[in-house]
Amino acid sequence: MNLFDLRGGIHPEGRKNLSAAHPICALPVPKRLFIPLQQHIGAPAQPVVAVGQNVLKGQLLATAQGALSSAIHAPTSGVITGLGDCTAPHPSGLAVPSITLDSDGESRWIALIATADPFQLTPEEISQRVAAAGIVGLGGATFPSALKLNLSHGVQTLIMNGGECEPYLTCDDRIMQERAAQIMQGIQLIAHAVAAQEVLVGIEDNKPEAIAAMQAAAKNTSVKVTAMPSMYPMGSEKQIIQVLTGKEIPAGGRPADIGVLVHNVATAFAVQQAIVEGKPLISRIVTVSGGAIKVPCNLEVLVGTPMQELIDFAGGYVQPAARLVLGGPMMGQQISNPAVPVVKGTSGVLALTTAEIGQAEPAPCIRCSSCVRACPVGLLPLEMAAHIRTANLSGAVNLGLKDCIACGSCSYVCPAHIPLVHFFNYAKGDLTAQERTKLKQESTKKLAEERSERIARIERARAEAAAKRKAAREAKERAAAAKLTTEAV
Amino acid sequence: MIAALTSLTILGAFLGLVLGIAARVFKVEGNPLTAELIAILPGSQCGQCGFPGCAGAAQALAEGRAPVTLCPPGGRAVALALAAKLGTEVNLAGMKDAVPMMAEVQEEICIGCTRCFKVCPTDAIVGAAQQIHSVFREACTACGKCEEVCPTESIKLQPILVTLQSWRWHKPVEAA
Amino acid sequence: MNPIAHSPHAHAPITLSKVMMTVMMALIPATLYGFWLYGWSAVMLWMISIFAAIASEALVVRWQGRGVKTALLDGSGVLTAWLLAISLPPTAPWWIAVLGSVFAVTICKQVFGGLGQNVFNPAMAARVMLLISFPLEMTTWVSPVDGMASASVLGHVKTELTRGISMDTSLVGHFSMLDGLVGNRIGSMGETAAILLLLGGVFLIFRRIITWHIPVAMMLGVAVPALLFHSIDSTHYASPLVHLLSGGLILGAFFIATDPVTSPNTAMGQLIFGAGCGLMTWIIRTWGGYPEGVAFAVLMLNAGTPIIDHYVKPRIYGRDRKGVALPVKKG
Repeated sequence: MNLFDLRGGIHPEGRKNLSAAHPICALPVPKRLFIPLQQHIGAPAQPVVAVGQNVLKGQLLATAQGALSSAIHAPTSGVITGLGDCTAPHPSGLAVPSITLDSDGESRWIALIATADPFQLTPEEISQRVAAAGIVGLGGATFPSALKLNLSHGVQTLIMNGGECEPYLTCDDRIMQERAAQIMQGIQLIAHAVAAQEVLVGIEDNKPEAIAAMQAAAKNTSVKVTAMPSMYPMGSEKQIIQVLTGKEIPAGGRPADIGVLVHNVATAFAVQQAIVEGKPLISRIVTVSGGAIKVPCNLEVLVGTPMQELIDFAGGYVQPAARLVLGGPMMGQQISNPAVPVVKGTSGVLALTTAEIGQAEPAPCIRCSSCVRACPVGLLPLEMAAHIRTANLSGAVNLGLKDCIACGSCSYVCPAHIPLVHFFNYAKGDLTAQERTKLKQESTKKLAEERSERIARIERARAEAAAKRKAAREAKERAAAAKLTTEAV
Repeated sequence: MIAALTSLTILGAFLGLVLGIAARVFKVEGNPLTAELIAILPGSQCGQCGFPGCAGAAQALAEGRAPVTLCPPGGRAVALALAAKLGTEVNLAGMKDAVPMMAEVQEEICIGCTRCFKVCPTDAIVGAAQQIHSVFREACTACGKCEEVCPTESIKLQPILVTLQSWRWHKPVEAA
Repeated sequence: MNPIAHSPHAHAPITLSKVMMTVMMALIPATLYGFWLYGWSAVMLWMISIFAAIASEALVVRWQGRGVKTALLDGSGVLTAWLLAISLPPTAPWWIAVLGSVFAVTICKQVFGGLGQNVFNPAMAARVMLLISFPLEMTTWVSPVDGMASASVLGHVKTELTRGISMDTSLVGHFSMLDGLVGNRIGSMGETAAILLLLGGVFLIFRRIITWHIPVAMMLGVAVPALLFHSIDSTHYASPLVHLLSGGLILGAFFIATDPVTSPNTAMGQLIFGAGCGLMTWIIRTWGGYPEGVAFAVLMLNAGTPIIDHYVKPRIYGRDRKGVALPVKKG
C-alpha cells in the first residue's frame, strides 16, 4: 500500500528497547484503589454506590452524565470506603472527586453476559454496550468511544492507530503482539458498528513483531495492516490519517468530516472484551520505564492503582528520578505526587533522569527555524511564541495558534531550549479564560439591563398607582364637597 | 518679498477662516465615542473604577482621563476591547487579572433581610424575606455592593478556587 | 514559580553553543589554510578580532546589567569576529580588525537587543562599514604566491575593463580554476580556498546546522545570469566559474547568507533569499562601483527578510494557502 508524505516531524531517540522485550504481566491487586470520577473528556460520572457498600469486580460505580461522559466500574471486588477527593493525575495536583475502594483480595466478578455471535448485534447495540462498558479512547485522548461510534456511522475508512510514536512506550506494541486475535475481532466489531468500507491498521516500522502478529491475525479478513515510517508524531490522529489516506481533516473539523474514524488498537481490545465477554473497561496496559526505573516493564494495571505501586513492582529506582511523568515524554504530564492513580488514559509511567530530560536554561531565539521544519502542522512556532511573549494573543491566533496540536516537536528541536509548546498551551488557556470572561460579562450585562428596566417598570407602575389613588381621592373629595354644597343649598 | 508675504498671509487667513467655519458648522454635540465605549463596559454600574457608573467611566476614557485597564470586573478581555476601540496600545504583560472573586453567603449568620438581594445589580442573589439567600456564580460580578449592606457580615467576597476545569498553564519563565 | 515542567520531557542533544561551535569547526580548515598562506600577520589579525569582540561584548552586556557569562558562552560574538577576520585582507592593520569587531558586536548586534534581534548580518555590516570608511586599507591585497601587493581577481578584471581590455585577455595569467579551488590566488584569508570552504559548508549541511536552500540558490543566482551573459558576450562578462570561485561567494553562500537570525524561516523564503543574494552579487560585480558584491548583496537581502517572511508562510494542515479551512467531504 502506498503511503503519503507528511510535513515536518522529528526523530527522537526511541528508548523503547528498555521495556519492549518484557511481556505484559499483571500487577497484583493493590489494597486500596482511588478511582477518579472523571477519567474522560466531558462531565464527571455520577456515583451510584454508597460508602460501606460491598461491590463486585465489574460492578457499575458511577454512571455517565450525558453523551460526553463515561461510566466507571469497580476494578476489583471489595468495599467502598470513601466518596471524596483524591489528587488528580494532572500536573496541577488539584483534587478530583473519586471513589475509594478497599479490595477484598478475592477479585469476584459480577455475572458476565457473554455474546456467542457478536456480529449479529446491530450497530446501535454495539455502541450501547461500548458505552455501558465505560470505554474511552485509550490512546490518551480519552474521548468516549461510543459517542465516536455514533458520530461516525457510515464512514468510508476505519483507521486503527498502532503508531505508538512516543518514545519509551511499548504498551501498544506488546498488546498487538500478545493479543492480536482479540484486537482483530474488536477491529471488526468497530468496523461492523460504523459500516466502514475499508479498515487500515497503521503500525510504525520500529515494531516488526507487532506488524507480523497483526498481519497473521488479519489473514482471511479485509483488514489491511500497514507499516508506517517511524516518526514523531505519527500516532497523532491528524498525521496518521494523512499518511494512510492522503486526506486532511479540515481546520476545526473532525475525522468524520472526511469519512474517517480513528481508534487506538488498545481500544479495539477493550471493545472486544466488552462485547464478547461482557467485561467493562477496568484495567489497561501501562509501560513503566525510564532511566531511573530498575526493571522497565509492561503491566496490566487496574484503573485506580496508585502510581507508586507500579514503580515498586518494577523494582523501584536505580537512581533518583528527576521527573515523574504520566504518558510519554513528548506529550505526557509531570506528576509531583506518586500517589496519584492510574486512569483509563494512562499509557505510561516514566521516571526520568536529568540526563534523559536534557533540559537547559532557555536562551534567545536565533530564528534558526528548526521549529518551522519540525512542525507537522505547518506553523511558525518561533513567531507565535514571540507574539505570546508580548501578550499579543490575537497575533498568535492569526498565525494559527488554534491549529497547534501541542505535539511538542518544536520544543524538542529548539537549540535555544525555548519552551515553545508551553507558550502555546499557556496562550490557549488564556484565550479560553478570556472567552469565558467575555461570555459571563455579556450575560451579567444583560442581567443588569433587565434589572434596571424592571426597577423602572416598578417605579412607573408605582407612580401610576399613586396617581390613580390620588385621582380617586380627589374625586371622592370633590364628590364629598359637592354633596356638602348641595346639602347646604 | 512683498508678494511672498501677502500670498502667505492671505493663504493663512483663508485657511483659518475655513477651519473656523468648519468648527461651527460641523460641531458634534457630546462624544459619539462615549456611547460605543459604554457598549463595551460591563454595564453593572458597580463603580469599582471610581467613576459614577459605566457611563462616567466611558466619558473619562473618551477624554483620555482614564487608562483602558480601569475596569476590574472586566479584566483583560475588556481592556483589550477598549484598547482596540480607542486605537491605543495596551501592554497586558504587566496587567494581572485580580484574583477572581464571588460573593458567598455564610448560611449560619444570614438573617434573610433581603438587603443584598435588593442592591445586587445583576440579580445574582436569590432568596426572599426570612429565607437564607444564595448567590449564582455565573451572574455574580464581585462588585461588593452586597457586602456593604449586609448587617450581619454574612455575605462576603471570596476568591473562586481553581478547579481542574479552570486550571491553566502559567506563562513560561524565561531568563532575561 | 510553578515547579511543574511542561512537556516535552526530552530534548534533542543540541544547544546554542553547540550550533556555534559546529560552525566554527567548519571554518577551521579554511582558516588554518589562510594562516599557512599568509603567515603570522593573518594569525594576529584573527586573534585581535576575536579578542576585541569578546572584550567589547562583555563590556556592553555588563553595562546593560545582564549576565556576562551567559551572553558570552553562546559563542555568537566569537563567530561573528571570526567571520569578519577571514573576510579582511590578511595584511590589514590591527586597528581595522579592532574597529570592525567592536562595530559588529556592539552596534550591529547588541544595540538591536542582542543575539537574535539584529536585522543585518553583523560581520558583513562591519565589513561594509570598513570598506566604505577605509577603502585603501580594505582593498590592498597581497598575493600569497609572490608576496607582492596587487589587486584581487575581480578588482583586476574591473580595472582592465575600464581600460578597454576585454575579459578573456585580462584573465589570462590572472585566474585559473585550479588556483581558485585551492586558494592559490589573491583574496582575504578565509575566502581564498573555495574547496575548503565548500567542505565546511557541506559539513554544516550534513550536521543539519544549515539547509541546502540558501547556498544552492545563491550559487545559482550568480551562475545563471553569469552563464547567460557570458554566452552572449564573453569579452565583457566573466564566466560562471570565475564568479563562483572568486571573491567571497562560497564563504557568503555557506557561512554568511545562512546566518539564521537574518535569513527567512521557510524553505521557500530561503530559496528566494538565496537567489536574491546571488543575483545582487552578480549585478554589483558586473555593473556596480565595487569589484565585490557579496557583502552588499547579503545586507540588502537581510533588509528584505521580514517582508519575505511576511508573505512566504507554510500552508497549515487542514487549511488552504489562504488559511481557509478545507471543505468537508464525507464518505
